[in-house]
Amino acid sequence: MLTLTDVAAGYRHRGRERVIVDEVDAVAPSGAVTALLGPNGAGKSTLLRSLVGLQPLLRGRVTLTDARGRDAELLQLSPRERARRTAVVLTERIDAGLLTGREVVELGRHPYLGLIGRLTDRDRFLVGETLAELQAGDLAGERFAELSDGQRQRLLLARALVGEPELLVLDEPSAFLDVGARVDLMALLRRIARGRGITVVLSTHEVELALRMADRLWLIQDHRITSGAPDTMVADGRIARTFGTRHAVFDAASGTFRVRT
Amino acid sequence: MVTARAATATEELRSSVRPRLARSVITLIILAVAAVLALGVGAAVGSVTIDWHDLVSFVISGHAHDPTTTVLLGEIRMPRVITAGAVGAGLAISGLLMQTLFANPLADPYVLGVSSGASLGVALVTLGTGTFTSGFVTLVGGGRFAIVVAAATGSAAVLLLILVIGRWVRSVITLLIIGVMLSSAIGAITSLLLAFADPDRLQRYVMWGLGSFSGVTRGDLAVLLPLIIGPVIISGLLARSLNAMLLGELYARSMGVRAALVRTVAMILAAVIAGTVTAYCGPIAFLGMAVPHLARLVIGSSDHRVLMPATIGMGVITSSICSVIAQLPGDNAVLPINVTSALIGAPVVIMVLLRSRRLSAGAV
Repeated sequence: MLTLTDVAAGYRHRGRERVIVDEVDAVAPSGAVTALLGPNGAGKSTLLRSLVGLQPLLRGRVTLTDARGRDAELLQLSPRERARRTAVVLTERIDAGLLTGREVVELGRHPYLGLIGRLTDRDRFLVGETLAELQAGDLAGERFAELSDGQRQRLLLARALVGEPELLVLDEPSAFLDVGARVDLMALLRRIARGRGITVVLSTHEVELALRMADRLWLIQDHRITSGAPDTMVADGRIARTFGTRHAVFDAASGTFRVRT
Repeated sequence: MVTARAATATEELRSSVRPRLARSVITLIILAVAAVLALGVGAAVGSVTIDWHDLVSFVISGHAHDPTTTVLLGEIRMPRVITAGAVGAGLAISGLLMQTLFANPLADPYVLGVSSGASLGVALVTLGTGTFTSGFVTLVGGGRFAIVVAAATGSAAVLLLILVIGRWVRSVITLLIIGVMLSSAIGAITSLLLAFADPDRLQRYVMWGLGSFSGVTRGDLAVLLPLIIGPVIISGLLARSLNAMLLGELYARSMGVRAALVRTVAMILAAVIAGTVTAYCGPIAFLGMAVPHLARLVIGSSDHRVLMPATIGMGVITSSICSVIAQLPGDNAVLPINVTSALIGAPVVIMVLLRSRRLSAGAV
């Protein structure tokens, strides 16, 4: 379980702060998928990167609770320890040189390796198993750079999972995928969260998909975050208020947007 | 029964991984043998051709069959060949570090502006006439040693400058641009000196700028070798982190890599190598940028744990070949290294890249 306590995320430049989201108190339960929703530029990526220590958090506490109920303050951990407990799938496109699919996935074991970087039999076993779990076995021998966006996404997800994280953070994982693949990905993430009992947090601007497939929503609006179950947030009109525009109106009954008439 | 099945599964896993590893190991062995051969040819070719009996005997016992050959090998050929090998390996590793760090296939050991600093230093002592130059020459003596000290000082100054700037710069792309800008600015000062220089003095500066392995004496090797081999060995410790960096700096950091530290260390290593080479042999272009591409082609992988040894081997081979070709005119005429490496090497690299679909797309 991931708990944010009075978190502020943003940028600090030459001593001046630009706060993007402030006073965040939110929980992402384990064994479930939490979707971070918000209009473009609301600070979804900034918040996610700050949570896992990829950019400095301005204020607040990020607590990761493991299966036995022990709390750890995520940003106080050493980079290596944090890397073992968290994994990310980022939105930026990567090149990966001549690395093959398998080599990219093997990098996920990085936080566990010694100085020489020799994989143990267990590391190899996990790599094989994770590739099989994501049906990416046939991609293992291909050059990563030559694969399609969807195939890369699957390998990057495998890379993240092979490190056996307790927290999986995905920034706009569906951005480059077509409609069918987006639904598949959400279903897969749900299965992974349930099966492994891990906390999955993802950002998306696919409101309708998130409403249907996420277990919990974090909604960014006006630099603040509110959270709750999808049904509740639809019922109390928060979704309609945040995403409704002059021409688009949210229809609570069907859970979709339609053109205002 | 269960353990037997587990053992079979492990065996299967191993066998799927093994061919790739085995192929890399075989390639590395071939590269190592070729590197030794290239060094041997480098030692044999010159004003007098030495046959391989003498070479083997010299390597084993320290003596060739006659004293003249022993002196020739010990004082002239040996320093030249070792310099060529070390410079090739060093510049190639240095180039690889920069290419991975900046995720840019065009990066080379000099992208940080190190050679422009060295050039300015050398221009100051060879072209200057004012109090600074005369003071410097009185301090360290004239001649080649002054050039070495001036080049080393110039490179070190630029390295320090870029490290200080690097503390404030987060993006590697910005750092890359700053390095290029710094090179241009420092190069402009050198050009200014050249424009007003006495034509007689220009010759020395120009000769230094063309690059040569022949100037290095046996005594110089005691300084040159540790300053190249040391950083090359240390860079091996970065291999694992550099692999993670292939996915970009953010991914690397998410995997626990201390990216800022890796960046600083890689920059220092690359600059120390490039600065040392420039000080002793002049700004040797081309090798640092081209060799990593050849190594990637030969080893077929971006995994630094095999790519780095391959790059070292390829660097020794390429550099030795360039040095052999430089000796071809015979007599006492020696071609500048920058002439042979670029004139003969560039077409080869272009051809090689064009034939490889993946590499021609600019893989790092």
